[in-house]
Amino acid sequence: MNSRIRSIAFNTFREAVRDRVLYNLIAFALLISAAAILVGEISIDIEHLVVVNLGLTAVSLFGVVIAIFIGIGLVSKEIDKKTLYTVLSRPVRRWEFVVGKFFGLTGTLVVNTFFMALGVFLALLYVAHKFEKADAWVLAALYFIVLQFLIVCALSLFFSSFSTPLMSAVFTFALFIIGSLSEDLRGFARMTPGLAGWIATGLGYIVPNFSAFNVINQVAHGDAVPGRLILLNTAYAVLYSAMAVSGAVLIFQRRNLK
Amino acid sequence: MAAIEILNLEKSYLVGFWHKRPKLALRPLRLTIEEGEVFGFLGPNGAGKTTTLKLLMGLVFPTAGSARLLGMDINDPRVKSQIGFLPEQPYFYDHLTARELLNYYGSLSGVPGKTCAARVEEMLARVGLGGSANVQLRKFSKGMLQRVGLAQAILHDPKLVFLDEPMSGLDPMGRREVRELIQQLRSEGKTVFFSTHILSDAEALCDRVGIIHQGELRGVGAVAELTSETKGQVEIIFCAPSVPASLKGLGAEARVSGDMVSAVLPEERQDAALEALRREHLRLISLAPVRSSLEEYYIQKLHPAAEQLEQAKGAGA
Repeated sequence: MNSRIRSIAFNTFREAVRDRVLYNLIAFALLISAAAILVGEISIDIEHLVVVNLGLTAVSLFGVVIAIFIGIGLVSKEIDKKTLYTVLSRPVRRWEFVVGKFFGLTGTLVVNTFFMALGVFLALLYVAHKFEKADAWVLAALYFIVLQFLIVCALSLFFSSFSTPLMSAVFTFALFIIGSLSEDLRGFARMTPGLAGWIATGLGYIVPNFSAFNVINQVAHGDAVPGRLILLNTAYAVLYSAMAVSGAVLIFQRRNLK
Repeated sequence: MAAIEILNLEKSYLVGFWHKRPKLALRPLRLTIEEGEVFGFLGPNGAGKTTTLKLLMGLVFPTAGSARLLGMDINDPRVKSQIGFLPEQPYFYDHLTARELLNYYGSLSGVPGKTCAARVEEMLARVGLGGSANVQLRKFSKGMLQRVGLAQAILHDPKLVFLDEPMSGLDPMGRREVRELIQQLRSEGKTVFFSTHILSDAEALCDRVGIIHQGELRGVGAVAELTSETKGQVEIIFCAPSVPASLKGLGAEARVSGDMVSAVLPEERQDAALEALRREHLRLISLAPVRSSLEEYYIQKLHPAAEQLEQAKGAGA
């Protein structure tokens, strides 16, 4: 990574942290503590399952909301406030700016996820009083959640490179929902003949396959996550986000900053 | 060598619901500015000053034409390390302190770490923000933000500095400080290109000015030449409660302000007017030839038809 991309990424991260983005951690901590105490009181034998399910779902949702709401403003906010003018009048190429912003946001989300993961493990320790070997798979589920964030960040950056913040939020959130149901979409495509089937098949492959990243239920039951899936999901997330960021770069390269 | 060479740079935007209707923001612009020059780009709001600056900074792309800065094409990334830019009404990252912001810009400009830290301190002191270096920018006033903007524009010691309305929003003291800074840049041999609609600033600072209106460059002239032309008239200022009848007889256009009178009359009647003042024992304050002003040149270029009509009226009378 060159020094300009590093500077932009670090600045994005610093802005996000000082803009109190990480304050969501307080809400998360309260939620997970309350859940752990409640589960400890009312569940018998399924405390582990409930805490993992609830904790990881909360990590995912909190992160996606942050990824969308910071991601959509990354470029448009800089244009509106004209901060971009003083950056691009320096020896900074437009692609370096977009890539730097992307790394800055993913960095913010990784730090955010780290603290939320810590919360989940503390809640697990509270309800089960010890860690089990199978809890290591919770780390795999968290890794998949981070990969999802990578794609969501890239998509929000892509939409914000040509659309208004509101529309970018709508597009990205819609894709997140459709992507989370992509397995159902492909199932529907297989059962539907004709043009509708073709369209559904096409859509099923274009939208990000977030359902492949969802192993929360599996790890909550203590089941292992296959190494092949980790490898494939990593490659898929890296390729998909690289394509979305490249799309954002291509659009941003030609954009007049009026 | 020319610091700025603008070769028929043109910009139009597509407007309307379907983005089909072109709207011309800048007509083909041809302009050359030499190294070491302070050039003022004058024009009313919406004339095309900011569009020209954005084109030169690569923030918008030209519809036609090209430009060279310090002998390099504007798209050449190497040129960016040698130019500084202050946008109009600058706004920076709210949550950074002035020192952090300048360090950030220094790293983006490729200033090495240790040099950068020293330059940042030097710039903060130069724009009078040494005491507010660790305050977050969201707590800064408009004038302080303008100073940070100036500091970031010259932080990396550029050869060519572009300033878009650098005096806008500043109080008289702030304006004076910016004027002094531009004069310092000139003495350091930098080329300064600044846009403004405040004519007194341009008159005080610029070697040359260009007048732009409705996206078209209407004229370029050297300030010294424009303001040294005399108009065959003199202005006499003296103490008197009213305009003496003898002076009225000489055809003077006079204005009374308090116990002072200012009278403008043709140069050839200057001796007769002085004689009249002596006769009436009136105290002379000053006598000076009436010179052309930048304001007249500006108005003439903005509204040539109105100016010609005015001249025709004068000739007729």
